[in-house]
Parts: sequence; structure tokens; C-alpha cells
Amino acid sequence: MNRNLIIGLTLSALAVIAALVSFVWTPFDHASLNIPDKLQTPNGIHWFGTDHFGRDIFSMIMVGARTSIAVAFVAVGIGMGLGIPLGLWAAARKGSFIDELIMRANDLIFAFPSLVIAILITAIFGAGAVNAIIAIGIFNIPVFARVVRGAAMPIWEREFIFAARVAGKNAARISVEHILPNVMNLLIVQATIQFSLGILAEAALSYVGLGAQPPTPSWGRMLADAQTLVSIAPHMALIPGFAIILTVMGLNLMGDGLRDYLNPRLRVART
Amino acid sequence: MLRYTLKRLLSLCISLGVASLLIFFMIEIAPGDPASFMLGLNAQPDTIAALQAELGLDVPKWQRYVAWVSGMLTGDFGTSYTYRTPVAQMISDRMWVSLPLALYALALSALIAFPAGMYAAARRGQTGDVAVMGATQLGVAVPNFWFAMMLVLIFAINLRWFSAGGFAGWDKGFGAVMWSLTLPAISLALPQAAILARVMRSALLDVMNEDFMRTARAKGLTSAQTLWRHGLRNALIPVLTIIGLQFSFLLAGGIIIEQVFYLPGLGRLVFQSISARDLIVVESVVMLLVFCVIVVNFAVDLAYAIVDPRLRTRE
Repeated sequence: MNRNLIIGLTLSALAVIAALVSFVWTPFDHASLNIPDKLQTPNGIHWFGTDHFGRDIFSMIMVGARTSIAVAFVAVGIGMGLGIPLGLWAAARKGSFIDELIMRANDLIFAFPSLVIAILITAIFGAGAVNAIIAIGIFNIPVFARVVRGAAMPIWEREFIFAARVAGKNAARISVEHILPNVMNLLIVQATIQFSLGILAEAALSYVGLGAQPPTPSWGRMLADAQTLVSIAPHMALIPGFAIILTVMGLNLMGDGLRDYLNPRLRVART
Repeated sequence: MLRYTLKRLLSLCISLGVASLLIFFMIEIAPGDPASFMLGLNAQPDTIAALQAELGLDVPKWQRYVAWVSGMLTGDFGTSYTYRTPVAQMISDRMWVSLPLALYALALSALIAFPAGMYAAARRGQTGDVAVMGATQLGVAVPNFWFAMMLVLIFAINLRWFSAGGFAGWDKGFGAVMWSLTLPAISLALPQAAILARVMRSALLDVMNEDFMRTARAKGLTSAQTLWRHGLRNALIPVLTIIGLQFSFLLAGGIIIEQVFYLPGLGRLVFQSISARDLIVVESVVMLLVFCVIVVNFAVDLAYAIVDPRLRTRE
């Protein structure tokens, strides 16, 4: 395993573990208000300090990890669930009307400034985690469709595909049984990248109040709360910011590392 | 070149048409009727009907769509439901904040990324390269609104060099405007510069392996001269694509950054209009942003053809 992969896995695992542990244990109740203890800097009792309502920031970060990861995870799921079949279909019917239609529709989605549309969707259908997921997920569809199509097209020219055709398999079966396993590595790498973008997008939507709604803690929302208090309680802004940066960096490094690790040609070149 | 341009122009028109349809009908299915929203809970049905007629909301959807699109083509974006002023006027006022911000950020991002990418490419595998790449890794992971808050904390609250928010206003002069947009532009530019530097580096590294680069070295150019005269021009194609794509990120990212710095730009207009259910303003601003993005991508496609003549002949 390479260095990027190890660092990336460690950072990502930290976020996932924090999220999972928060289901059974947090140092304090993340939602309980405790005004006398408000705005404490990090100390022995409140490891990351407290916010303006005296809530424990460490506990909020742990529970906030759940929101970030869940939103990004489902959004990537939507992108893969719809994008991969579309990409496979377009590649199988390369140059046909359906290929053209799928790719032009993709271009169109790409042309929309994603954050603007995410804001529009959440504004129309109401702010909340579910609508944030849909808004982020829609923009993952063309990404996966394009990656799959691009990777699948050269594979369609290969001999083992020809053999499968001769054996009587139809395009759908070939796509699932032969094409998909061969583009899987690429998809895993792309998924980690989209996952990290999803976390950033969720944070941005929550920051402007269109993501997860209180009392559900989310890292972006914590930053919005911190904004007016940044001069007297900078830790309120620093800590959620670091949580986002470390998680996103972890996922990006993991993506880079996985790309090298899963590409046998690079592995041979190294050894 | 003419054929290529016409073909791109056709796809531009189709994209704009489909985009306008999507935006219009997305807003149409939004729950809540603007007229009843404006009149409040105790409004009588006949008052609501009268206001609907006044706002032109009582005609069929497709007629409203046609009116909206043909209005926009002539520069008439309709009248805001809440402010009762022309939407075009509101947008053009706000545009004087958002557009300079996006362009300023774009310029900053290119200014940071080009030297950084070239430096890293020239020192591939060395400490300088690793440091630049590490910095870009950090740059793409930082949420720009968080970075904006940190800039405010350091440069506005502690050092007091800049104001923590607000817009100077064009009557104070160009310098004052640029000064008030500096922190927002830096925070917008940072993640984009990181991406651009990475693209610049890898594009240059690809070009460096080309035969013509070796020839240029062989005829006696130094490596810096080769990079500058032959490498950069050829590396510009992928870099141009990313700059085109970034414009949309800068416009969209500006919406969030405007919130951090309380800038009276398009972003704040969108949020204010959303909370007031002033849908005609929302759809017009969103359409305008999409229009800008599609047109910039069209311009990038044309720029490609100029930079790389092969694209023209392939048509």
C-alpha cells in the first residue's frame, strides 16, 4: 500500500468511526443546552470546547459526521445507481441516438452551476437533508455516466467481448458480466472523489441554511453559527472547519492512493 | 472554422432552450402561490385572484413561458412580485458586484496557479513539486466559506486591514471597490487555484515528453525558454477547459461567499427572493447564471479551435 492510501484511509476511517460511535456514545448529549458553560475554549472536560449554547462541540462534531457522511454517501449512491447504467447503455450503443441523447443530457447538467441548482431545489422543495441529498446526487449522475462510457468503449473492442457475443450474450448481459467488472476500479476511485465533493457541498448547503435542519448537527451549520462569534470564540469556527478539511483531504488522498494501488501497471512500474 | 462555429452555436441555442424550459417548470411545480404568499394568511380569494391577474399568473403556463423567454430576449425580465421594480434593473445593479467578484477571483486564481503549476512541473519529483502539490491537496479540501471566515478573522478583525464585510460602492471609486472585494476574491480563488495548478502541472508534464520539446532543446533553447515558448502554448488546451468550467464554480461559489461578506450581489438577491417567494426574480437570476456558463463554455470551445487548429479541420 502506498503512503497516500494509508493516510487517506486513516483520516476517512476516523470520520466514519466518529460517526458510528456517536450512535452509542458521545461525551455529552449533543443537543442539550447548558448556558452557564457557554463559549468555553477546549479543556479537559469539553475537549473541543462549547458553543454559544454551552453544547459540547466534540459531541456535535461526532454526530455531525453522521450527517455529512450519510448525505454524501446517498448522493454518491444516486449518482452511481443511475449514472452507471446510463453510461453502460451509451457505450453499448455507441454513436446511436440513445448515446447522443444521454451524452447531450449530461452536457446540459454539466452546464448548470451545480450549487445554484442545489440551492434552487432545496429552496423549492424545502430545506432539509433529503433534498440536499437529491440536489447533490443529480450532479453525480453525469459524472459517473461519463466515466463509465469513456472506460467501457475501448473494452467493447476487445476480443473477449467478441467471444461473449459469439456465445450469444446480449448487450445488457455483456455490460453487466464483462464490462462492469473491468471498469470497477475506475468507479471506486471516482466514487471517493465524488464522496469528498459531496461532503463539501453538504457543508455549503447547511452553511446557508438549506441542508440538515436543527437540532440535527451538521458541520456546515456549526460554521454558520460560528460566523458572528468568530472574533470571541474562534474555536467554534476552527474545529468544524478542520473536521471538514481532514475528512475531504482523507478521501482525496484515498482516491489518489487507490488509483495507484488498483492500477496494476503502476504497481509493476514501482516494484 | 465557420462550420465548426455554426455547429457549436446550434448546440448553444439548444442548451439554452432546454435550460430555460427546465428552470421555468421547476419553479412552476414549487409549492405556494406567490399571490397568496404576498397577501398573507387572511387574504380573500377574490383579492388573491385579482393579484394573480395583475401579476399575469392567471394565463396558461405555456403562455407565461413564452412571455418570459421572449421578454428576456428583449431585456425585459418582468417585474419583481415583492419590490415592484423591473427584475432587469435589480439584476444589473447586483451584477456590478457579482461579476467583478467572479472576474477578480478568476484573475487571482490564474495568477496563483500558472506560476505554481509551472514551478512544480519544472521541478517534478523534487521538494518544490511535493510542496506545491501538498498545498494544492489542502487547497481543494478547504471549504471556501470557511477560508473566508478565517481571512476575516485574521485580516479584518485582528490586523484591521480590510473591513469584515460589505461593499464599498462604485461611487467610492475603483480602488475602494477592489479593496472591499479582495478578501472575498481570495477566498473564492483559493480552491480554484489549487485545481488549476494541478491541471497546469500535469498538462505541462504531458507536453514535456513530446518530441518537439526535445527538438527545441536540441536547437539550443534553455529549458525555461522551451517551457515558455513551446510548452505553455500546448499545455493551454486542458487549462482553458478548466478555466471555462471554473467560471461556473466562481459564479456559484460567489453566492455562498456573498453571504459570508454581506455583499449585495446576485447571491444575496437569490436568497432574499427565495425567502420572499419572489419566483420571477429567482428564475431570472438562475437563467442568467446558466446563460453565462453556457456562453463561457461556448467561448472556450471556440478558443480551443484557435489554439488547436486540428479541432477545426476534424469537423
